[in-house]
Amino acid sequence: MNRRAHLGALLALPMFWLIGIYIFSLVMLLVTAFWITDPFTSKVKPGFTLRNFEQIIANPAYFSTSMRTLGIALAVTILCILISIPLGIFMAKVAGPKMRALLAVAITLPLWAGYLVKILAMRITFTEEGFFNWALSPFGISGPGFSAFTVVLTLTYLWLPYMAVPVYTAIRQLPPNLFDASADLGAGAWHTIRTVVLPLIRPAIIAGSIFTFSLSLGDYIVAKFVGGSTQMIGSIIASNINLNPPIAAAFALVPIAFVVIYLVSVQRTGALERM
Amino acid sequence: MRASAQQAPSVSDSPRSLPGTVTLRQVAKRFGEFSAVEQLDLEVQPGEFLSMLGPSGSGKTTVLRMIAGFETVTSGSIHLSGTDVTQTPPHSRPVNTVFQDYALFPHLTIAENVGYGLRVGGTNRTDREAQVRASLEQVRLSAVADRLPHQLSGGQRQRIALARALIMRPQVLLLDEPLGALDKQLREEMQIELKQIQREVGITFIFVTHDQEEALTLSDRVAVFNNGRIEQIGSAREVYEFPKTEFVARFLGLSNLIRGTEPGAELVSVRPERVRLSAADTAAAPGETSFLGTVAEAVYTGPTTRFLVDTEDGQRLTAERANDHHPSAETAFGRGDRVRVGWTADHATRVA
Repeated sequence: MNRRAHLGALLALPMFWLIGIYIFSLVMLLVTAFWITDPFTSKVKPGFTLRNFEQIIANPAYFSTSMRTLGIALAVTILCILISIPLGIFMAKVAGPKMRALLAVAITLPLWAGYLVKILAMRITFTEEGFFNWALSPFGISGPGFSAFTVVLTLTYLWLPYMAVPVYTAIRQLPPNLFDASADLGAGAWHTIRTVVLPLIRPAIIAGSIFTFSLSLGDYIVAKFVGGSTQMIGSIIASNINLNPPIAAAFALVPIAFVVIYLVSVQRTGALERM
Repeated sequence: MRASAQQAPSVSDSPRSLPGTVTLRQVAKRFGEFSAVEQLDLEVQPGEFLSMLGPSGSGKTTVLRMIAGFETVTSGSIHLSGTDVTQTPPHSRPVNTVFQDYALFPHLTIAENVGYGLRVGGTNRTDREAQVRASLEQVRLSAVADRLPHQLSGGQRQRIALARALIMRPQVLLLDEPLGALDKQLREEMQIELKQIQREVGITFIFVTHDQEEALTLSDRVAVFNNGRIEQIGSAREVYEFPKTEFVARFLGLSNLIRGTEPGAELVSVRPERVRLSAADTAAAPGETSFLGTVAEAVYTGPTTRFLVDTEDGQRLTAERANDHHPSAETAFGRGDRVRVGWTADHATRVA
């Protein structure tokens, strides 16, 4: 038997997928970002220019959109963390088996419905005549309406399972004795969470945050339907995709750059080694 | 069990307030339908080394966890040094625990693990570091202060778990099968070390184990647990030599359990090393109960030889003889030899 042939047969499809489709398309994107668009004919010509990148930084509307998108993605990630930790501790350590099963279903429920279905649900909730305004109007307050804030809420709603599930699993896998040992040595619940639970579930939080962060960075449908005038990077890419492919390609590299910077900074803390 | 087991505790009968006393009164623990501990009374004296011995599921660990505060009691009360701690959370009880699998914090260095409790309690950095250093010296592990727990051997981790608990200067130290994960030789070394440390610090040790030899070796008193109750409590000698129940006789070492033939006859326990073995033609000694039989098996165990003897009335008895001279005992009788086995009344204990 030829072991190499076997190995080759085994890896053929994944390698074709990874190199032929995935990496090739990314390289094409990278190359396109340096091409030139003729401003009069809108024809794309192969070449090399840094103008597309210059524009992203120099054009105030483009730059602020990048920063806004970064801010939204960070806010979504932080909100997901803040929800997932107490939820995970409650599910793993406090709730009974029935309650735990119920919550596990509730958390993963958003994964069951289609993406647009969920966005539509949020749109109906936050629309002018929607539930929030109706519920809050007796108090003289109006809901957030369609705004960047609603975009953050909707993205959190969409991506929470990607944070809550790994965080809950990590807390569940902590040896129960560690909680006992910490209490035994005089630590109350908060102290134990801060000094034992958080450091030990950090890899899970980081794994979850890579999803919530990168998925939020790439999204624009949410901004379109519940963001009002809020634009995200994806909005600009979408509107330039036919008009000016090189600038769309250059913009598409911005979220990738953000994710790479995030991964590198996380990696420097040594947190990825235990993932 | 103590006499107070029968009577309800009264106000005048207040628990002893000497530091290090542990008093359990009518303590019960149920998990749903399952009764883990039933109406248990126990008083541990200051500075005593008490072992709680029993098979798994006998309730011994549950009792330890209730003393530590990790489990609440279903009913009854727990006093530590005279103070009622029944409702006190674990972090406020003056006891510390050495856990079965050590439960060291995997993300903290050995020094940080040992200093964890002091840090929680707000001891300043200089004092803390000095105490951690002294504590690591006590268990002879100063060299590993900056390592992580997973870089240590089982025996080292065990000693760190001990140091981490002792640095808190508890009135009572609880040990939950702390030597269970170690191999036999290391376990025996650690037993001696534990006993020495207990003598040095002079505090109460409550030690959970399912290893009868360990319990007998270490303890001032042994409480033998079965089905959520204490079957017997007493010195190692008392529970071994004078088991009160069939369970205790069987659980602690080998025992011959003999019932007379007439109906309603009592059950008697005789330890194999108390059984006298002689040639069949020797006469029974005065006052001796004896049977004639045939040696079915002679097993050489090193320090002793164990003889399994089938008596004429159909019982199988075990006799053990020390191999303390040459030619040693194993050559005295062989398979198929006719022998007399017997014991005097003071070597037999009536069991329930």
